[in-house]
Amino acid sequence: MSIIEVKNLTKQFGDFKAVEDVSFNVAEGEIFAFLGPNGAGKSTTIKILTTLLSSTSGEIKLNGYNPIKNPDAVRHSFGIVFQDPSLDDELTAYENMEFHGVLYGIPGKLRKERIEHLLNFVELWDRRNNLVKEFSGGMKRRLEIARGLLHHPKIFFLDEPTLGLDPQTRKHMWDYLKELNRTEKITVFFTTHYIEEAENIAQRVAIIDHGKIVALGTPQELKEKNNSNSLEEAFLSLTGKTIRDEEASSTDRLRTRRRAWTRK
Amino acid sequence: MSTIYILWLRQLKRYFRSKSRIIGSLAQPLLFLLALGYGFGAVFQKAGEGSYINFLAPGVIGMSIIFTSIFSGMEIIWDRQFGFLKETLVAPVSRFNIMLGRTLGGATVATLQGIIVFLISFIAGFHPYNWALVPALILVMMLVALLFTALGTMIASLLDDMQGFQLIVNFLVMPLFFLSGALFPLEGLPKIIDILAKIDPLSYGIDAFRALLINVSHFGLSTDLIVLGAVTFVFLSLGSYFFSKIQI
Repeated sequence: MSIIEVKNLTKQFGDFKAVEDVSFNVAEGEIFAFLGPNGAGKSTTIKILTTLLSSTSGEIKLNGYNPIKNPDAVRHSFGIVFQDPSLDDELTAYENMEFHGVLYGIPGKLRKERIEHLLNFVELWDRRNNLVKEFSGGMKRRLEIARGLLHHPKIFFLDEPTLGLDPQTRKHMWDYLKELNRTEKITVFFTTHYIEEAENIAQRVAIIDHGKIVALGTPQELKEKNNSNSLEEAFLSLTGKTIRDEEASSTDRLRTRRRAWTRK
Repeated sequence: MSTIYILWLRQLKRYFRSKSRIIGSLAQPLLFLLALGYGFGAVFQKAGEGSYINFLAPGVIGMSIIFTSIFSGMEIIWDRQFGFLKETLVAPVSRFNIMLGRTLGGATVATLQGIIVFLISFIAGFHPYNWALVPALILVMMLVALLFTALGTMIASLLDDMQGFQLIVNFLVMPLFFLSGALFPLEGLPKIIDILAKIDPLSYGIDAFRALLINVSHFGLSTDLIVLGAVTFVFLSLGSYFFSKIQI
């Protein structure tokens, strides 16, 4: 059974088609990688799937629900780790979890149990009363994973979750996620620029470029089809070698300023 | 309901944790009270208007409320910058409740700030004419705080980033404060200033503070409350409309 169904999805900003006639399905319990160069349409697709953006046309179903008609049912169905940290730095790790639990309507006692379980799972229980601003990048990521799982989502979206993390932390993180996928049968949908991560972890991979899906299949299939030794080679032969420049959006400007303002 | 509560609580926690912000935001009202209060005191007295400190204190309370409120409302821009806004926007709760919780939180913080300034004004020699009216004063403070937090929310929902922030301060917050009659009586003003003061919602807030604190009022307390209530309703409606249109 498909837990994510996308049919002929198109998103247009003015004259520009960010996503054009994209179709794919993700099976329940699958680990699915969504790859593409900068500006290819990855983030736009994720935003539409996660109800942050509306589509121009096409049909989407998450866990059987339509994000436009039934946004709250969709929102209960997924957890997400965004590309940039989205924690409240002035709150403690525990308070960030608590905030999320209340927003998702998890009753008090159950909330407590799950927070303890998940903070132990990502090895942050001992630091639960520390303010998040004292955390390192890797710790923040772990906390975000724990938070995204608090309401027991069926689908877990991760938008470049390993960006800026050292290899040790990255390995650790994927170990967590694989473990979750194995034990809880949670569907993992992720994007990354580290193609070898997709090759090692994903059961299936979609490659999107210029708003269109250019390849879809298991890493093995994609390598064979493109006569490549690695998925990275296949990726480059499909999407070309020119460097993509995205126009800086206001969010990018904010990010730049944010980097200048935060000490770490 | 729990959504509104947790967002309200978050604003309060953030406020009480930033000690430097609390102290910093009290320096300005104190300076206004002492420097202007004593600086213009003699002239004011000679003009036959009575004690300037008594006249000024409600204005300075209004000042601290408008500044804190608008900036609290505009914290949404920071949340967008620090990514936290997305966390609330993908949650299965209505945007109206998110907006309301934040706005109530910001308004509570601004009211607390106003109460602290009220207490500080005693140092400068201010005293209310009737202590029994202080609870009513606090309620009006909340109304004024709500009005301007909603305005801050509205502005923040329309701005992309902090670029426009200085512009808002200089062309909106400052004029709202200076034209409100916080520093001078609204009687006998030139036509243009008189009109601007009448458009400025803060004028009615400060006028209500004066009515309750020193028993002096330009518009009359009931007019003040009607105007404040109506404008608050409009700003809350517009604020939640624009907030619901935010795209990340």
